Amino acid sequence: MDLWMHFQTSPLVWIIVTILAFMFASWVNKLAGRTPMLHPVVVGLLLIIGVLKLTDTSYDTYKEGAQFISFLLGPAVVALAVPLYDNLARVRAMLIPLLVACIAGALVAALTAIAVGIWLDLSMQTLLSLAPKSVTTPIAIGIADKIGGYPSLTAGLVLITGALGCLMSPYVCKLLRVNDPAVRGFSLGVAAHAMGTAYAFEYGAIAGAFGGLAMGMTGTFTAFMLPPLISLLGLG
Amino acid sequence: MVVGFLILIACQLMGEIIVFSLDIPVPGAVVGMVLLLIGLMVRGEVERGLRTSAEGLLSILPLMLVPAGVGLMVHFQLIAAEWVAILVALVLSTFVTLLLVTLLLKWMNARKVKDDASEEMG
Repeated sequence: MDLWMHFQTSPLVWIIVTILAFMFASWVNKLAGRTPMLHPVVVGLLLIIGVLKLTDTSYDTYKEGAQFISFLLGPAVVALAVPLYDNLARVRAMLIPLLVACIAGALVAALTAIAVGIWLDLSMQTLLSLAPKSVTTPIAIGIADKIGGYPSLTAGLVLITGALGCLMSPYVCKLLRVNDPAVRGFSLGVAAHAMGTAYAFEYGAIAGAFGGLAMGMTGTFTAFMLPPLISLLGLG
Repeated sequence: MVVGFLILIACQLMGEIIVFSLDIPVPGAVVGMVLLLIGLMVRGEVERGLRTSAEGLLSILPLMLVPAGVGLMVHFQLIAAEWVAILVALVLSTFVTLLLVTLLLKWMNARKVKDDASEEMG
């Protein structure tokens, strides 16, 4: 087992495990007809947690390697400018409705989560970790840290929210008889951040671009809005 | 391709510098996205190398979210104690948010189409 002892802390091993787990989860998801019930991100991370438990590896060791994958999230967020630029004419035409929908959506996402959490007697730290859950991971972690939640719990709750948003979106659109890819993409981006955006790309580049726009707008607005809102509500 | 990646991380770095200097609570990458968008609007086109890098990265966006989620394993005890309340809060909040945003956009779009139509009539 000397070989394993040596490679357990190697970043390479955990990068490969992450990619393999994600590929396997994507394959399972494809077999299951692309249902968001088995979202590749959620299935993938559960598989990895299983591997870490089995090999008795700590999260910190895993993170040493996996951070090279997370690192790409930054340039990927910047890259959203490209599909956004391609659909600039549509964005301009809808600017005011998009702003109104984003601000209302971001407020309601945070307030309903906090209200239900208080109603069901959640502990304060869980409540504060829950509040930024509709925001894309890098922003949500920053907000959780600022308002006194657990950033790593927030990161997980963000992903569960993302999977739930992808799961509910087709039903909500059917219920409200909405077919416009821009509306579908935007509501996914507000409620379900990057996972909603990635899912929106399956409806085409327009939906993806509006998802990315919604994710950026909601994240930015929430980053400024939530810390003062939390102190206004007397939490934290 | 290489130049495209360089443009992306350079925009992110500029975003990080702005965020750090002005002490604003937004990640540098989001500011970097805005900077790149302004740059594209000024130039009026997307270079092929940049498009290749951007679309390549965006196609593996879900993979990049996985490592942060693995952090859930640190909080198993807390989740075991409070998972019902957490799940109810997430489901209700996500549903209401989706419903509200979709409804608002549908309603405002419909009104705009009607306005445009009446303008043409007049």
